[in-house]
Amino acid sequence: MSYALELKDLRKSFGHTEIIRGVNLAVTAGERVAIIGPNGAGKSTLFNLISGRFEPTSGDVLLNGQRINGKRPFEINRLGLSRSFQITNIFPKLSVFENLRCGVLWSLGYKYTFLKFLADLDDANDRAEELMAMIKLDKKRDVLGMNLTYAEQRALEIGVTIAGGAGVILLDEPTAGMSRSETTRFISLIKEVTVGKTLLTVEHDMGVVFGLADKIAVVVYGEVIAFDAPEAVRSNTLVQEAYLGSAVADAQAGGH
Amino acid sequence: MSKTHYEFKPFNLGRTVIWSLFAIVLLVMPLIFTGGLAQTMLSQMGIAIIVCLSYNILLGQGGMLSFGHAVYSGLGSFLAIHTLNMVSKGNLPIPVSLIPIVGGFSAVLVAVALGWVTTKKSGTPFAMITLGIGELVWAMSLMFPGFFGGEGGVSGNRVAGAKTLGITFGPQIQLYYLIAIYTFVCTALMFAFTRTPLGRMLNAVRDNPERVEFVGYDTQKVRYFAFIVAAFFAGISGGLAALNFEIVTSEVVSGYRSGAYLLFTFLGGATFFFGPIIGAVLMVLAFVLLSEFTKAWLLYLGLVFTIMVAFAPGGVASLIMMNLRVASFGYLRKLWVSYLALAITGLVALLGASVMIEMVYHLQLNVALGSEMKFLGMTLDSKGVNSWFGALFVMLTGLGLFEVCRRQFVIEWGNIQIDIEREIKRRETL
Repeated sequence: MSYALELKDLRKSFGHTEIIRGVNLAVTAGERVAIIGPNGAGKSTLFNLISGRFEPTSGDVLLNGQRINGKRPFEINRLGLSRSFQITNIFPKLSVFENLRCGVLWSLGYKYTFLKFLADLDDANDRAEELMAMIKLDKKRDVLGMNLTYAEQRALEIGVTIAGGAGVILLDEPTAGMSRSETTRFISLIKEVTVGKTLLTVEHDMGVVFGLADKIAVVVYGEVIAFDAPEAVRSNTLVQEAYLGSAVADAQAGGH
Repeated sequence: MSKTHYEFKPFNLGRTVIWSLFAIVLLVMPLIFTGGLAQTMLSQMGIAIIVCLSYNILLGQGGMLSFGHAVYSGLGSFLAIHTLNMVSKGNLPIPVSLIPIVGGFSAVLVAVALGWVTTKKSGTPFAMITLGIGELVWAMSLMFPGFFGGEGGVSGNRVAGAKTLGITFGPQIQLYYLIAIYTFVCTALMFAFTRTPLGRMLNAVRDNPERVEFVGYDTQKVRYFAFIVAAFFAGISGGLAALNFEIVTSEVVSGYRSGAYLLFTFLGGATFFFGPIIGAVLMVLAFVLLSEFTKAWLLYLGLVFTIMVAFAPGGVASLIMMNLRVASFGYLRKLWVSYLALAITGLVALLGASVMIEMVYHLQLNVALGSEMKFLGMTLDSKGVNSWFGALFVMLTGLGLFEVCRRQFVIEWGNIQIDIEREIKRRETL
């Protein structure tokens, strides 16, 4: 069968340092996958490889069965993969509405035209309004991106990411820096707006991970050491070692 | 949710009024200022408005700092004057009124050829490449005298070809109205451009090129297409300039000219669409009037530019818009005393400074005429201690008082902004 997203022996080196060391992962369409792992394990690098920000050193990335490694980010986006960023990455001097409209233009086929007025593009405007309601920023329609609160900017980030209607969505730490109550609200928002889509998310907050994901992939030192349902991952000894690794090592060191 | 029925779009009164006013101003200016110099200046202003607006497509809307925009207006000028000469010889049956469009399309061809390399990168590399290409074309203008006319340039005669309705474009006023029509249409087209998908994605590329790549757009193509559009309007302005001056010298492609576009677009204000229009008017005033008034005009210009960059980076347009905001909340009348005080003390400081500047220039340039000089009706002795001490005293007094007024003004301004914020919050909760 063909997967929505498949990584085959993916590797990436910076200089002599191999950061991603042979990742294999196959995500079925419609699955929500959380990628967890300690700091510096290569989670963000993995996202950068998939979304075209970096080119893999070797191995393949397949999107709906099609090989996409080596393609530019905008080409990958046009094939139906969209991502958000850990550090808010919106258009600061454009309004909320304009941010979202920029996100939908390509997917509706307007390309680089300068022979049509934006105001006349009813489908793009309706879609942007619809997205604005979905991420609950419809009261902030004309506020510039840079004047939003942090939580609002994060919501807009998600809005711009899903705007183009991509089937595969990558979210890089969507709740980073949010308070607990904000996080809870935000997770239900993410669930709402990604219904029917394949979702990959990097997350640190274990509460979020178990609430959101159908499956969890654990990345440690550039390798996926486990990829399974949350309960199975929780009881996996390899994972426990990776997360409790230092404690185990300490205990062993103390034993000698 | 797509609309299948006819939808009534409200008539945008404000916009209609502004565009009508713009058209009326273009129409009646030469009726108010009827002198020969006025007509010359108004013609130049129209030309400058087009080129500064086109430059702002790059700078303000695309975040592309170009040091070589004169390449496109200048080459537009050269191709226009050669076309004009072909029309004069009877080799080409096109009316003179369409020659600026020839300039526009020739600039497009140049931009298509050079633009892809230029727009490969944004930011500093972009600025460097434009600088390099500017130097390249400038050097070429001296290498190929056949096309660029060498030191003397290429001259032409705009009274040529068919005379539709008896319009020869011989008298300056006839040419002014041709320029005015082009200015109005080009301004409208460039404003329309800001409302199109390409125009909006250009803003997005300015704000955050990386994110643009992740919403499906190739940033280089966005920059490249916008660059070509900007070149088109620059070329039209170049074509009009060729008709206006009837001579094109290699100066029009120089880095000096590119620098002037940058400087005055910035002074006018790159963040608002209408800013470069103000910049263009200031450019002509500075080049034609200020340079007549004083030999030190470039020094004054540099001073104004430095002060603007440091204290009002949004240019004149942003100052206007900030005060309009204050006015719309009814606070402007609280500020006029402060403004008056700032203006008077500022002028006093400027007076002292300019007396010293003029004395230095007098010493350098007019030594043969003796050390005495006239300035603003005063008789000054450029070698006398009294004049120097007096000027210094006036300047320092002005500066000191200005600083006092400025501090007071900053406090008042801050309070008003707080009041406005509060008022906005109050209206939101209603």
